[in-house]
Amino acid sequence: MAQLIGGITTSHVPAIGRAIAKNLQDDPYWKPFFDGFAPVHRWLAQARPDVLVVFYNDHGLNFFLDKMPTFAIGAAPVYTTGDEGWGIPALPSFDGDLDLSWHLIDALVADGFDLTTCQEMRVDHAVSLPMALLWPDQNWPVKIVPVCINTVQFPLPSAQRCYALGEAIGRAIGRWDSDRRVAVLGTGGLSHQLDGTRAGFINKDFDLQFMESIIHDPTWATQFSIKQLVEKAGTQGVELLMWLATRGALGALVRCVHRNYHLPISNTASGLMLLEPSA
Amino acid sequence: MCTPDIPGTTLFDGTQARKGYALNKMCYSFNEQANRDAFVRDEDGYCARYGLNAQQREAIRARNVLQLIAAGGNAYYLAKFAGIFGLDMQDIGAQQTGLTKAEFQARLQAAAR
Repeated sequence: MAQLIGGITTSHVPAIGRAIAKNLQDDPYWKPFFDGFAPVHRWLAQARPDVLVVFYNDHGLNFFLDKMPTFAIGAAPVYTTGDEGWGIPALPSFDGDLDLSWHLIDALVADGFDLTTCQEMRVDHAVSLPMALLWPDQNWPVKIVPVCINTVQFPLPSAQRCYALGEAIGRAIGRWDSDRRVAVLGTGGLSHQLDGTRAGFINKDFDLQFMESIIHDPTWATQFSIKQLVEKAGTQGVELLMWLATRGALGALVRCVHRNYHLPISNTASGLMLLEPSA
Repeated sequence: MCTPDIPGTTLFDGTQARKGYALNKMCYSFNEQANRDAFVRDEDGYCARYGLNAQQREAIRARNVLQLIAAGGNAYYLAKFAGIFGLDMQDIGAQQTGLTKAEFQARLQAAAR
């Protein structure tokens, strides 16, 4: 059976793309953020995943309000990117793992998750930038299966439901008849708010408590409603739903291999965690 | 959910999604460079093509993010409109909070403490 070897959670702000395009990794503003990834690079070189399931939220590249799925999963042979309106260079496309996509679709629908399936799908900075942080040469050594969770249009799926989605995906990976080494990646957060007169809201205390809970008390944040999460983490900080899905996939116990927290990058408090399932 | 009680925050719910559909659809089109160019060439014609109402047209004309949100705009699609003018999220944050960009950046830095 396939092996779930670990999970990574990271922020995905568009400004990271500009920093990469301008080679600002050693700039004093950006260095504490980019340096946080060095232990992850070492782990990836040693752990060698073959495929990543990526929990992310689309920001209006693939999905518009005409059709807005709550949970969508990619089943495409290739996922292309775009400039998303900002004129920054688009990153290389990603190869899809169709076998895992369809295994997950079969398993998740049977498990009560009524997904939207996408045989054509563009992925935005919420997939491409974290991948470029994991593999700075942008020569992707893995295939991916993107899982998109709606954070554009309320109502959003609850924290509890996103955690359960992750759990179901973790179970399904464990039942996949394959010799592939699978990792999960969750992108977004942590606290930030882009819109309204509350723009610039950041909540360091909540972020640190949330990161701690991911290790020792993973369902802690599922006690909160979406509105409470917006209040605590900001309208876009609610992207921590991707972290909960990732954590759910990893099972009851995890070992934290690495973490980093730095703010601000652009308007956002950035978080990074690398976790391994622990028997 | 349609009466938000988080200060300074408009949750993009069904009410906003209905109100802002035309505006957001136009902003979604700005994913493509050709459409951004077409907007710059003929702003009036481009807005008319998407059927913006008077409130939305005025908010676009004013390049005013709070007005755009009030007209039903969603932050993610509006970011593509801002991209036409080379504005980043800190420009947008400064405009919405009535601060200079430097003041807004200082506020973000202060959150680290």
